[in-house]
Amino acid sequence: MQRDPVTWSPPASCPAPDTTPRKAPALRQPSLSEIFPETAADAAAPAFALAHLSACSGPVLWIQDRLSARETGRPFPPGMGGCELLHLQVSRAIDVLWAMEQGLGCPALGAVIGEVWGSAPAVDFTATKRLALRAEAHGVPAWLIRRAAPPELSAARERWRLSSLPARPEPDDARAPGTPLWSAELFRTRFRAPGRWVAGHDPATGDLAFDHAIGMEAAEAARATA
Amino acid sequence: MTGGDKLPVLAFRAPHIAKARPCAANPRQLARAAEALRQATGTAPEPRPAPAPGPIPAAPEDSFSPVGIPRRRPGPAAAPPEIRRGGATGGTASDDGGPVARRILSLHLPRFAVERWCREALRRDEAPPDDLPFALALEGAQGPVIHAVNPAAQALGIAPGARLVDMRAICPELRVAFADPRGDRAALDRLMLWARRWCPWTAIDGTDALVMDVTGSDHLWGGEAAMLEEIAARLAGLGLTCRAAIAPTRGAAWALARFAPGLCAAEELAARTDPLPVAALRLDPATIRTLDRLGLSTIGALRAVPRLSLARRFRAGLPEADPLLRLDQLSGRTPEPVDSPDDPPRFAIQARLAEPVLDPLPHLPELARALCAALAAEGFGARRLALALYRTDGEVAQAQAATSRPSRDPDHLLRLFDGRLDRLDPGFGFDLITLAALVAEVLPDRQRRLDHAAEDADDLARLIDRLSARFGPQTLTRPLPAPSHIPERQVLWRPALHAVCRPFAPRLHRPLRLFEPPEEVQVLYAVPEGPPAQFLWRRQRLRVARFAGPERIAPEWWRDRPGTRLRDYFRIEDQTGRRFWLYREGLLGDGRGAEPRWFLHGAFA
Repeated sequence: MQRDPVTWSPPASCPAPDTTPRKAPALRQPSLSEIFPETAADAAAPAFALAHLSACSGPVLWIQDRLSARETGRPFPPGMGGCELLHLQVSRAIDVLWAMEQGLGCPALGAVIGEVWGSAPAVDFTATKRLALRAEAHGVPAWLIRRAAPPELSAARERWRLSSLPARPEPDDARAPGTPLWSAELFRTRFRAPGRWVAGHDPATGDLAFDHAIGMEAAEAARATA
Repeated sequence: MTGGDKLPVLAFRAPHIAKARPCAANPRQLARAAEALRQATGTAPEPRPAPAPGPIPAAPEDSFSPVGIPRRRPGPAAAPPEIRRGGATGGTASDDGGPVARRILSLHLPRFAVERWCREALRRDEAPPDDLPFALALEGAQGPVIHAVNPAAQALGIAPGARLVDMRAICPELRVAFADPRGDRAALDRLMLWARRWCPWTAIDGTDALVMDVTGSDHLWGGEAAMLEEIAARLAGLGLTCRAAIAPTRGAAWALARFAPGLCAAEELAARTDPLPVAALRLDPATIRTLDRLGLSTIGALRAVPRLSLARRFRAGLPEADPLLRLDQLSGRTPEPVDSPDDPPRFAIQARLAEPVLDPLPHLPELARALCAALAAEGFGARRLALALYRTDGEVAQAQAATSRPSRDPDHLLRLFDGRLDRLDPGFGFDLITLAALVAEVLPDRQRRLDHAAEDADDLARLIDRLSARFGPQTLTRPLPAPSHIPERQVLWRPALHAVCRPFAPRLHRPLRLFEPPEEVQVLYAVPEGPPAQFLWRRQRLRVARFAGPERIAPEWWRDRPGTRLRDYFRIEDQTGRRFWLYREGLLGDGRGAEPRWFLHGAFA
């Protein structure tokens, strides 16, 4: 599913007089969030999840099923900015859920990130509800990255649809890609209004910033509020 | 292998010897064991050497042994004084760590191969009747050779080692099958493990016998005689004939098991073994023949010969050809410990069940609690656990679990076996369950936090244990930095059970994900040294909108093959904003192969 390039124009030419970069809207408490990357193979979704955990307090338990590891590669710690990592590779989606549940019961972890490839029957409303409640009970943020899967019924407190955008220009090299930008659509949420932003690291502070919300189409707004 | 190590682990030991002790054989302690044996057997009373500091003093005259056996005699300075005063106390373990008179059980299974074959044939319902002669044969140099026979065939005079055609001439109705020595060996291995139900220290002895160190274990079975009865009954239940003997030394036990089964106390060792033939000394046939020709047909006769003469006559290197060495081993003058394949665990708990059960789970919590109490009493924590389930039909089912830091929390240890016992085959049921801490480490008591908050490091260690136990230790990994600049060699993924976390220095322009192995792409470029203009990856055509690079990473000449080509890495962004890490392997015309190939190695955020 490719993003339609017409709906967005490069940030350099975008008139944004009053949209100073805002801080990332924080969740009220750590909970379960889901990310549906629009393009499966790139690393936007793990980067977006990691960007939320910038104040990483403990090791991150990273769980991949077999197909996710094969199709999108393994995490590469030199590119991850010094966060401590525990990597678990399992074969089935249900094992991902089991391991996430175990990890969420351990407050020593900074976060639990799970990756499931494809639409797995095991990842249903009950399973995600269990994860969300457990994450909230122990205060461990959980991220479920679901590639090549339609957004089915789920109890995740926030559900994002994510795709890459052309990066900010590099100041020294006009031909090179700079810091990354993503188009992040919060299409289902419990604590705040859904919306659509250009997300990226603030070049000055390095924090995650959400620039100028992109106007949602009427159909999307109806779907988000349904 | 200290003397204390071989004690049965079922009894908890006195706390003041709970020190970390070396596991390797210590010559000093072996010597102590020998000393104890010598005192126990009452043979060779030696004058105690006078205390003299310095190196090992010259041995007394009567212990001179020119055969080349290393004498393990401690110098007076080497032996701790408390060992000296301790004497053998009637064959029981003394609690103060003093010397112990060993009790060795030799279990001879004279018809193991035939009986095992018959048992398997019985399962297929084609076992021969007991009263018909039956033999197992092996392929020999000149045709098949008899390997083992059943009693009916033995009564007809068919003996192992004879050629099959000759035996067919004696007994035309002889039924023959081919033997399986390797299978017999494996079965004996399993039986050896199963025999740990009686004592913790068992080993295989030859092709048809087991040897066990039952020192201190017999009281669990109501004495040695009752223990022998129990062993015979159990093995008879498996369809095995056995002959067993318990003696103070391994040599004596071996001899008595084959020639006069039964118990042999330390003081009657000489009286019981003297009438036995010299074949009871574990000698090779040539030496036995030589001794027979010399008129030395019994052990007593051999013992009457002066040691020096024997040593002079049989100065061979191998123990099988050395009657003097065998005689010393029989009498306990030369130590011969039971060489068990693995040390018995120091902490183990057994549950003996009245009836075989198919599901051992209800018994585990009690075992785990008892084990943890034993660990706590000595200030230890378990690092590796083994659950052994002894089946009634002579097999052992095992499951192991490991922990990343020592633990003695019964609930946690029990959870490590969750879901692991479903795959164990219960056969006709388990009647004995052993939970042992194979590896235990010192775990001092610690003050819990006053607010009862759980401690983070403990929580994390438990999580690692559980995930490793469930999915296998290789699946849960931690990255460790490695000294290399090749991207795929920069990270070592090590099992989190054993690895300690070390931080990575973040590098600029490194991808978030790495493809293993790199995926080859078809590339269109303007100039061969430059970046690609377009490439085909996973059947998608990606147009390069922006790029940065190249960053050259040269091969590690000290590790790589000579023809390895360098890599030029490009960070590229395609038309939809996806960012990848591509490299070209080699240069055009670098003399290391044809046209350079392109690979996609990673994905950026």
